[in-house]
Amino acid sequence: MIFHETKLDNGLQIIAELNPNAHSLAIGYFVRTGSRDETNDVSGVSHFLEHMAFKGNEKYTADDVNRIFDEIGANYNASTSEEITLYYGSFLPEYIDTAMELLSTLIHPSLRQDDFDMEKKVILEEIGMYDDLHSFTAYEKVMQAHFQGHPLGQSILGSVQSITDLTAEQMRNYHSQHYLSGNLTLAVAGNADWNKVLELAHQFCDHWPAGKTERPIDEAQPQTGTQIITEKKTQQQHIMQLAPAPAAQDILRLPAEILAVVIGDDSNSRMYWKLVDPGLAESAELGFNEYDGSGTWLTYLCSEPELIESNLQLIQEIFDDVNANGITQEELDRAKNKLASRLVLRSERPMGRLSSLGGNWVYRQKYYSVADDLELLNNISLDDIQKLLKKYPLGHSTTATVGPMTSVAD
Amino acid sequence: MGKQLIQTHRFPNGLTLVTESMPDVQSAAFTIMVPGGSIYDPPDKRGTGSILSDLITRGAGEYDSQQLSSALDNLGVQRHEGVSNAHITFTGATLADKLADTLKIYAHIIREPHLPEDQFDASRAGVAQALLSVEDDPRQKALVELKRRSFPSPWGLPSDGELDQLAGISIDDIKAHYTAGFHPDDTIIGIAGNIDFDEVRELIEGLFGDWEPSAGREEPALEFATEKTFFTEQETTQTHLGVAYDAVPYGHPDYYTAWAAVGILSGGMSARLFTEVREKRGLCYTVSASLVGMPGIGRVLCYAGTTSERAQETLDVTLHELQRLGEGIDNSELERCKARAKSSLIMSQESTSSRAASIARDWFYLKHITTLDQIHDEIQQLTTDRILGYVHAHPAANFTVLTIGPKPLEVPSDLS
Repeated sequence: MIFHETKLDNGLQIIAELNPNAHSLAIGYFVRTGSRDETNDVSGVSHFLEHMAFKGNEKYTADDVNRIFDEIGANYNASTSEEITLYYGSFLPEYIDTAMELLSTLIHPSLRQDDFDMEKKVILEEIGMYDDLHSFTAYEKVMQAHFQGHPLGQSILGSVQSITDLTAEQMRNYHSQHYLSGNLTLAVAGNADWNKVLELAHQFCDHWPAGKTERPIDEAQPQTGTQIITEKKTQQQHIMQLAPAPAAQDILRLPAEILAVVIGDDSNSRMYWKLVDPGLAESAELGFNEYDGSGTWLTYLCSEPELIESNLQLIQEIFDDVNANGITQEELDRAKNKLASRLVLRSERPMGRLSSLGGNWVYRQKYYSVADDLELLNNISLDDIQKLLKKYPLGHSTTATVGPMTSVAD
Repeated sequence: MGKQLIQTHRFPNGLTLVTESMPDVQSAAFTIMVPGGSIYDPPDKRGTGSILSDLITRGAGEYDSQQLSSALDNLGVQRHEGVSNAHITFTGATLADKLADTLKIYAHIIREPHLPEDQFDASRAGVAQALLSVEDDPRQKALVELKRRSFPSPWGLPSDGELDQLAGISIDDIKAHYTAGFHPDDTIIGIAGNIDFDEVRELIEGLFGDWEPSAGREEPALEFATEKTFFTEQETTQTHLGVAYDAVPYGHPDYYTAWAAVGILSGGMSARLFTEVREKRGLCYTVSASLVGMPGIGRVLCYAGTTSERAQETLDVTLHELQRLGEGIDNSELERCKARAKSSLIMSQESTSSRAASIARDWFYLKHITTLDQIHDEIQQLTTDRILGYVHAHPAANFTVLTIGPKPLEVPSDLS
């Protein structure tokens, strides 16, 4: 496993973790732009733009892009979050030229009007699809409430209204402001030759516009006690709650990952034994999400409506206990074993390495090998967990719920 | 594709071990398929196998429920257990040097589960919650209900069970299901990863060699539905469409031809359904078709989710595309299928979990393992003429159509 990094003159960062024994290679363009970089009048544009990328450029039509990716048997797609738009694929090593050319095409699409009009229909369908997924609705609502007045509260998909109103011209402007080479990282994992990667990067990316967009990363200061109630006819009640947690650059982020496993993993965690194992809830989980400058504890509860109040009480009891007494050495060790194994197993495939490789670079400008990550994990102590809990106690400042209940006690 | 090191061994008690050695990886993964699936649920107690698959890990051998989870977590095992129609399946992956200790625990789970009575209600409640969550997810519900209506009972029935029958199930039913289903004959253990076959065979011999075989069991009779069109009214934002029609099953000489036919419809973003329904008309975000089977019976199951005002058009266009396949196939469409197959076969060698599941599944369906080279050769030999011949012999017709949404759609009568 050999790591390489460089930067093109226009600011595009290139990183690669190469392994000649891998069967495949994975390539991703990590663009540092997402819903938090949008203004209200273009809400949803980052995600819509991600769709438009597959419509091609002067050289390739939309049909060409999909056809050629399929001709090389690629697994490819893209995703948009609050902070990163990612275009990625995994391929057999012999197709690196075609794969690089196509992925590079995606970054600077032509954004033709007729493609824009057609894809707008698909985006509206996607909004409809997520509207039928109640946990997603709860997530969007809780993010909006928690980050009220902060850019992280912007919806990734946008609304039916904002997408309907959006123009191709607005999208072109957004693209020209945010798809600057200094906002981009090209990450490569698996079986490739570094010189070849460089040669292709020069060929396809040298002419891209230079520059970088600044992103304010003040830590969010959410108000406490906010509640949003959304009524929908469902069998179960879906609840999401957020509280402040360490940011992506915080040294406490790894302790936070471990604590989330101890308290709210989907198996063998405190919340699992208290709520899921006895059959009181279908899901009761605690997650840790990291962002630029901010972070969240995300509690998700899904159960029958009549058990919601008592289940929330049980969760609060768990949180109170952890905040007061911390966790045990045995719990810490077990969580480390669990995370170490997840890390190693995921890393056996180039596609599994790509997200941590690119994510670490975008957020922290650092390379961590699997061995580095394992060492960092191993060094976390109960003291670190205590420091974490002191600064970011478990709890909730905002709640969103979807289901038949008309109110949920805060 | 590289030579695969596949070995199999059948123990005197009927247990089958299938392994694939993968020296380039650090991990090992296993799939254990025990013949205690939902098709063996008593007809009025659908959900028995599902409750058993939950209760069975709540303590076994020397471990109580929490000790069992902790022991597996400490071994770094990423695990899952669940019920399918034919089996209760245990899967896991961990570092190869932890495999032996891991399988020792699984021998306890499979052979000496506590099946604690005081946790029965919790297990049953967990199954009920899972079934309720399907009710809340119309896309999942559409596929569950489509399968129910397009496969014969009990194979088409939801393996998680029926909500209204859970109350009638007792702990004694669970114990009876365990006794009838958990035996070495017909159990398959698939292991893939950085392993030595002789060591693994000895390990399994030690853990399962003295497991008593069953006295035999009657396979459930198949019942075929006659109705073809279904509508469930639900207040959803989208209308969720399911369409099914006949295909050949896994193991059939034409299986890979059928696979390619479905691949031309739905394999990749240049495939027909995605192009015609989504890209050209913007009718939906998701549209797909896949080949699904049980022993001896195969179906193509299609799904599309679309805004209700455009649902009729989506259904019409989808049905048209399914039928249009018989009019002609371009060689480039077949070449893309072949390319996808080649790359996914090669990449599957990077995943021990995928290989373990694949070899165990092969044994269940075929009683032998198809190597990746063999699959590759089968697919390379396909021609458009052969696929068209298959499509004409097994046309997209005699559809089962199911919709979930605010209002019903018109299904052309000449189609169903």
